[in-house]
Amino acid sequence: MSTIDESRPPAAVDPELLDEHEGRWTPVKIAVWGAIALLGALGWVMLAIVRGESVNAIWFVFAAVCSYLIAYRFYSRFVEARLVRPDDTRATPAEYKANGRDYVATDRRVLYGHHFAAIAGAGPLVGPVLAAQMGYLPGTIWIIVGVIFAGAVQDYLVLFFSMRRGGRSLGQMAREDLGRVGGIAAIVATLTIMVIITAILALVVVNALGESPWGVFSVSMTIPIALFMGVYLRYIRPGAVMEVSIIGFVLLMAAIVAGGWVSDQPDLADVFTLDRTTIAWAVIVYGFVAAVLPVWLLLAPRDYLSTFMKIGVVVLLAIAIVVVRPSVEAPAVSDFARTGDGPVFAGELFPFLFVTIACGALSGFHALIASGTTPKLVEKERQTRFIGYGGMLMESFVAIMALVAAITIDQGIYYAMNAAPSATGGTVDGAAQFVNSLGLTGVNVSPDTLQSVANDVGEETIVSRTGGAPTLAVGLATLLHQLIGGSALMSFWYHFAIMFEALFILTAVDAGTRVARFMLSDSLGNVWPRFRDPSWRVGAWGTTAVMVAAWGAILIMGVTDPLGGINTLFPLFGIANQLLAAIALAICLTIAAKRGAVKALWIIIVPLAFVTVVTVYGSILKIFSDVPAIGYFAQNQAFREARDAGETSFGNAATPEAMDAVIRNTYVQGSLSVLFVVLAIIVIATSVLRTVQAVRAGGGPSTEDERVESHIYAPAGLIATRPERELEEQWAEHRSREVAGRG
Amino acid sequence: MVERVRAVGAFMRGVLGADRYEHYLEHHRAHGCGEPMSRREFWRDYHRWQDENPQGRCC
Repeated sequence: MSTIDESRPPAAVDPELLDEHEGRWTPVKIAVWGAIALLGALGWVMLAIVRGESVNAIWFVFAAVCSYLIAYRFYSRFVEARLVRPDDTRATPAEYKANGRDYVATDRRVLYGHHFAAIAGAGPLVGPVLAAQMGYLPGTIWIIVGVIFAGAVQDYLVLFFSMRRGGRSLGQMAREDLGRVGGIAAIVATLTIMVIITAILALVVVNALGESPWGVFSVSMTIPIALFMGVYLRYIRPGAVMEVSIIGFVLLMAAIVAGGWVSDQPDLADVFTLDRTTIAWAVIVYGFVAAVLPVWLLLAPRDYLSTFMKIGVVVLLAIAIVVVRPSVEAPAVSDFARTGDGPVFAGELFPFLFVTIACGALSGFHALIASGTTPKLVEKERQTRFIGYGGMLMESFVAIMALVAAITIDQGIYYAMNAAPSATGGTVDGAAQFVNSLGLTGVNVSPDTLQSVANDVGEETIVSRTGGAPTLAVGLATLLHQLIGGSALMSFWYHFAIMFEALFILTAVDAGTRVARFMLSDSLGNVWPRFRDPSWRVGAWGTTAVMVAAWGAILIMGVTDPLGGINTLFPLFGIANQLLAAIALAICLTIAAKRGAVKALWIIIVPLAFVTVVTVYGSILKIFSDVPAIGYFAQNQAFREARDAGETSFGNAATPEAMDAVIRNTYVQGSLSVLFVVLAIIVIATSVLRTVQAVRAGGGPSTEDERVESHIYAPAGLIATRPERELEEQWAEHRSREVAGRG
Repeated sequence: MVERVRAVGAFMRGVLGADRYEHYLEHHRAHGCGEPMSRREFWRDYHRWQDENPQGRCC
């Protein structure tokens, strides 16, 4: 390296040239951006103001995509210039730590897909479905505005700051930049939040598979399929990932079709008809086994399937919405947004809309991916905007599509599917009666309709299939069967949707358990170093068992909850995820202040303040509200008093045992709320303190890795600009000269 | 057309991580010494590393 190659082109486009090119507004450019702005504005006008009898779903696509484009072109570039200030002459960890394994300079477009597959899962599909009870408009605004000013900013900043630190994790960054107290609080918060998120994701799967022989059969077939793929890759054709993924995908489709056949055979159907508690235990056992098995056998192959499905489904869904252009059934804003007594989840629009839709607008969990895996793969600093900010925009679009799927199905069916069993009694008659008694304008559902939908999708019943996944599956099947296959394929598409949601979630459960175990053993390693030895089986199995027991207990609690698990637990999921986002933003705030970006700090302060207010206020309501449907402890007290008064049934609990369960569950849920909010407040407070110190001192000590000169070049965005292309050509020439010189 | 299909294929390979071994070889050519690992050895080594360094997947 000592002999500097004089002829080597620079590693970055001259910033002045770049500014000049980007600042030049040609007539074509003005026309294009004018058209995007107009189309987006038209979309918003149609959604928010015209509304009309029935809004066409295509307007959601226009409003969303045009908003994203404008935000990406203007706001993210503003954030880049004022706050991030990337420098392409600096080498990224993928260059200076290159090891051919986890530090690998990766093509930006491939990394975009890779990062998207790592951040997006079932979350953005479930939250918007539940939030549809407030009408389509609040959710749409929050998903789009939230991602632009909060979610995408968080992902971008965490990715960049972690990249400048060699790919350090969020916990390590907290320890270094916030100090001991803030660091420990951040790590404990991350760990407990991961547990709750894993539990509630598992609950979504269990709810989707309960009493569904078709679903249980096809989802359980993913295990032998993955095992086969694992063995194939290890012993038969090592490294033939693409080939085995295609084989696996075909087998997966066969498993869905076979599931339909199984559910038609009474004897077989009986075997695969399991109640939710049994399925929950199966998921727990599965979670433990999957997390202690070697990666190559189950996790890696299923991850391939999951990624394959993820990209495929997103593309398919987008095509379906654009081609089918369904009309919206839900109102713009429902009464439940104001009254807060909707059957899907309790609470008013503020703050509960903002915690119900976490993924898709702002997701704290992403901070764990954006620090760690992705930053080690980034080729050039300026690409972080495309990958971090742009990747999150894509997840937001997935959330919009999920919302569209939920609001284009009949509202009566929507409420019959999402009301707790205690409200509907689990029968079509009970459900129809309950839904019609809600007094919603234009909503009238008959038991026959509910039964015929169930028949169409190949299920016994669709009543009280809470958790969001079955509703999304009905919405998707309604859309996709109009695109491919007609009504004959309706049940296939329903179970296709259930299958991919289960696949995403099981992968998240497995990976989440592993990461949580790793964090636990790493922390225990401070006291007892042997826990850091990954080959020590006792330690690995023991810490896995602890983590599985933790989320398993919450899962069982949710499944057996007399009040309907999703109803009470989903707000906790959203609050946990958003608190993690607040923690991540707080860490970014301190880092940015230490870098001296005082005037641009509002870029972080605005979303941080918003999410802090939302989650802390939401937590306070969950902890202190005297409305039993909202406050965990109010519910707890109401049931306690009833029990002490000698009553044997109360509210939705029909038996004394159920009453005890409610008392126990609300106590646990309330305590978790307290824990989360206290930990988050500690982190945020430390961060504010450190930020003020840094602002006063005009900056602070940098925790970045030392600067290394970069010797490679690649453009920053999806499409290379003219100056970028010119530099790329210089590099291509240089490389061919080098080869010629060597030869 | 054929080129397009090939580009999509290469993109999916990258996203899935199917081209890890090729990346490793490239890295080894540039920085490594001695014989590179075979495809089979590389994947075994990679999976062992993954076992010891779990990577998160999001919700």
